[in-house]
Amino acid sequence: MSALNIKKGSSAHSAYDLKNPNADVHEAHTLTVTVDNEAGVLARVIGLFSGRGYNIESLTVAEINEEYHTSRITIVTTGTPQVIEQIKAQLGRIVPVHSVHDLTVEGPYLERELALFKVAGTGDKRVEALRLADIFRANVVDSTLESFVFEMTGTSEKIDAFADLMRPLGLIETARTGVAAMARGA
Amino acid sequence: MKRQMSGAKMIIQALKDQGVDVVFGYPGGAVLPIYDEIFQQNDIRHILVRHEQAAVHAAEGYARSTGKPGVVLVTSGPGATNAVTGMTDALLDSIPLVILTGQVPTFMIGNDAFQEADTVGITRPCTKHNWLVKDTDKLAEIIHEGFHIATSGRPGPVLIDVPKDVQFADGTYVPPKKVDTSRYQPQIKGDIKAITALVEMMEKAERPILYTGGGVINSGPAASQLLRELADASGIPVTSTLMGLGAYPASGKNWLGMLGMHGLYEANLAMHGCDLMICVGARFDDRITGRVEDFSPHSKKAHIDIDPSSINKVVHTDVPIVGDIGHVLEDLLKIWKSRGRKVNKPAIGKWWKQIEEWRAVNCLAYKQEGKIIKPQYALERLEALTKGMDRYITTEVGQHQMWAAQFLGFDEPNRLMTSGGLGTMGYGHPSSLGVQLAHPDALVINIAGEGSWLMNMQEMGTAVQYRLPAKQFILNNERLGMVRQWQELLHGERYSATWQEALPDFVKLAESFGAKGIRCSDPADLDDAIMEMIKHDGPVIFDCLVEKHENCFPMIPSGSPHNEMLMGDAETQGVIGNTGAVLV
Repeated sequence: MSALNIKKGSSAHSAYDLKNPNADVHEAHTLTVTVDNEAGVLARVIGLFSGRGYNIESLTVAEINEEYHTSRITIVTTGTPQVIEQIKAQLGRIVPVHSVHDLTVEGPYLERELALFKVAGTGDKRVEALRLADIFRANVVDSTLESFVFEMTGTSEKIDAFADLMRPLGLIETARTGVAAMARGA
Repeated sequence: MKRQMSGAKMIIQALKDQGVDVVFGYPGGAVLPIYDEIFQQNDIRHILVRHEQAAVHAAEGYARSTGKPGVVLVTSGPGATNAVTGMTDALLDSIPLVILTGQVPTFMIGNDAFQEADTVGITRPCTKHNWLVKDTDKLAEIIHEGFHIATSGRPGPVLIDVPKDVQFADGTYVPPKKVDTSRYQPQIKGDIKAITALVEMMEKAERPILYTGGGVINSGPAASQLLRELADASGIPVTSTLMGLGAYPASGKNWLGMLGMHGLYEANLAMHGCDLMICVGARFDDRITGRVEDFSPHSKKAHIDIDPSSINKVVHTDVPIVGDIGHVLEDLLKIWKSRGRKVNKPAIGKWWKQIEEWRAVNCLAYKQEGKIIKPQYALERLEALTKGMDRYITTEVGQHQMWAAQFLGFDEPNRLMTSGGLGTMGYGHPSSLGVQLAHPDALVINIAGEGSWLMNMQEMGTAVQYRLPAKQFILNNERLGMVRQWQELLHGERYSATWQEALPDFVKLAESFGAKGIRCSDPADLDDAIMEMIKHDGPVIFDCLVEKHENCFPMIPSGSPHNEMLMGDAETQGVIGNTGAVLV
């Protein structure tokens, strides 16, 4: 590997290559895949993961360009460095796939997820839920006398943390979108 | 010029414009309009097979022996599902195919209609790409893109599913030149820096080896020529996978023979002991590597492949080069020559001496004695009697396939058609018909075992109907030999379900189809019988009764490294004990 060719933000930015490509260490990577929005394209991507035994931690997809009918798929996956490289190469082989970016390797990036939480309860628990929601900057999008629905966006970790707090306070339903991600800067 | 025509007509027009001269298929309800169009023209010949799986294998034989894409036409539902094995076979062996399937009308899709199957769903993982065409206006464009995708980059099968109402409806025909293929353009030229790095390693290497595969053949005849030039000018020994046999000639001075599980002793030990491995269009398949942790432990590895996903998939590569073999080898030779054609001559001389010692073990030794034909002997005689002829070989899958690879010499690419990746029993017979159709005057022989051959025996009907004189050379041991061998060596000689009782009388079987049958059981009669087979102008089933318990050696048991090889004849066993194990 040429020392000058290391991508910005890569952990290979060291005097030594710190990653053993054959190490049995599983890492999480966030990939964004631009595809033609045609019939079956999502099935091709998902089929690749199930057929070759790769993990999917999170997957989101939506059309992003109406004129050219392209969609963006964001996948959070885990695997050894060798498996992550295979996943990227295999995704690149799918005909309607235009590009595959590994945000985890390519540099600083943003990761956001949207979640809805339904919390039921009265009295102190209800007040406490509302107070914590305020701290986490979650919005109340629906309210009855016995329940709230909170909406929040943030990293998956932030949403996990909020869910953990809501559980003893009467969390009865959760909906999460999965991760959408984008590199920082232009 | 815009031309309006029905979808069915459009399919025929598109195939004509793609230069297709033959289609292998089987009709049915959902493709009737297309068959009606086939009936009304004479440019494209339709070959009626007896089972859809055979249509795909025949198209594979046609494609692999000509370098052109094979075309298949089958009906919906069972027509498509029967073709799945063939598609998977073509995907694993990188054979370009365009498969057209009929589908129930668009408005009935999803209703569990008669002969409906989710064909694109079923075949998504076993094609390079597939389409369900819902609009006749898009049909021609999709067919042309299909040919582009099937044949460019790493070749493979594509499937186009055409509902019956789309075949009937009128639409606008688009000629191939008007179709945008920009979304699929694999990298052809290799990175010059990486190629230069490889040349530098080549110049210094003491024990280099060229490990070549089917990618060389898929790249076209120029790639095989360049490989020969490189090997002969540099003195680097060449071994090959099953799929790559013929790219470098078996009669060439640098030829080591096939490598892998049933590869030659010298080839496998050279792979194990080399210090520079140049992998050209092969993919480190598990039948090649054995135990990966112990695979060629002391070598730097370069890998040239058009498919980036093949690189670093199994074995770590020091110099990865993504590109078409022909283009990369051309650049590599250019750079190597411009730097003065340097190689480490004294070291390579020593390397060859070492290889000659391994070769002296004579790992393919067997004993032909008594009144029973050894399968190896049958193939050795077949090789001797057909050498120099315009000969194409197909094989089924099993012991006979490995013996064919060991005992037959291939001096040209595209001369061996065999199921390497998927290991599909029943491949060889229909494949031999596809080859014969593409090369009407050549001698086409399918080396078969009786078990594999029976899996697609119905194709004798196709052979006779179209007067395809391909020869079915069956090494009949009345056993499923390869499985039986594993049971003997690894499962305590418990021969579970590897003996087929009630085999047919192959001579009478041939005659019942209107073909010729020959039986041979005596080594003394073998030459005459083979000559009779070759001289017969028509399809022949040759029932060669061979030793029932012969094993195929050398053999690297799965999960073992290259230097732990089981050898055949007891005589050679001693030699290996003394030298082979010590050498590496």
